[in-house]
Amino acid sequence: MREPSLVTRLMKGFARFWWDFLVGDTPELFVAVVLTIAAVALLSLAGHFNAAAGVVLPAMVVAALCLSLWRASRGTS
Amino acid sequence: MLVGAVFLTCAVEMVEALTIVLAVGQTRGWRSALEGAGLALVVLAALVGAFGPALLEVPLDLLRVIVGGVLLIFGMQWLRKAVLRASGLRAKHDEDEIYQRKVAELGAHDESVNRDRVAFVVAFKGVFLEGLEVVIIVLTLGASSHRMALAAVSAAAALVVVGAIGVVVARQLSRVPENAMKMSVGVALVTYGTFWTGEGLKIRWPGNDAMLLAFLALYAALTWLLVVVARRTDTVSRGVVS
Repeated sequence: MREPSLVTRLMKGFARFWWDFLVGDTPELFVAVVLTIAAVALLSLAGHFNAAAGVVLPAMVVAALCLSLWRASRGTS
Repeated sequence: MLVGAVFLTCAVEMVEALTIVLAVGQTRGWRSALEGAGLALVVLAALVGAFGPALLEVPLDLLRVIVGGVLLIFGMQWLRKAVLRASGLRAKHDEDEIYQRKVAELGAHDESVNRDRVAFVVAFKGVFLEGLEVVIIVLTLGASSHRMALAAVSAAAALVVVGAIGVVVARQLSRVPENAMKMSVGVALVTYGTFWTGEGLKIRWPGNDAMLLAFLALYAALTWLLVVVARRTDTVSRGVVS
């Protein structure tokens, strides 16, 4: 079997770096941030609910962090 | 606040890179280790020269959303780890242990074969990966706040300080309170991430930049609360087990 070319290996390494950097062992945080951005975009851009969007953004960040820690503590106990 | 965030974030990454270079240099010789580290810095500088300015051409609102999202993910990852470590649910990051592990790994290789290559590649890899994170942090924080020069100077200051620490204390890296530093950085990154994501999505924050302080206080208080709760949870679960 042929070894992958240098370009293929570099591209794979680059993709792996970003995957590890953004997803890693906390996929729930990545998904939470994507969902948060989508929710706030809908509120702020589509509905012009500025105040609501301003509250939802930090609230979802807090919820995501608590959820991730709860998941981690279950895993370690 | 920008200076502090960039300085602390970069310092954390540089301490990690320094640990690897010290381990390689001590075991395999300083010449190859420093060559690997030096080449990594040159490659990083070339990457910044090639792609750094291109980043500034991206529409600012889109850039803020992307940057904010990345900072939120990165910041929450750091906060999560720091809270778990501070509460005892996960072992603290031990730089001495990493140093000893790297020394053991390198010592396991046959000294007569590829001696320089091992030192060079390991030092290059460590410095390049940690350095790339520093570059991303400097570019994103600097570009979004339109203070690239200030961000770069802060990173350079961190490099000087961490380098000086490395030279002076060398093998005593565990004295750097990494977890406290990581927790502070996590709070700052999540603060900036929330603020910029909101700005990119056209949220008009009350008080504009003053809102950063409110977020900083909110996330610092939340982190403290989470550490307290996690410690109690850990104590209760140990009590149940024993």
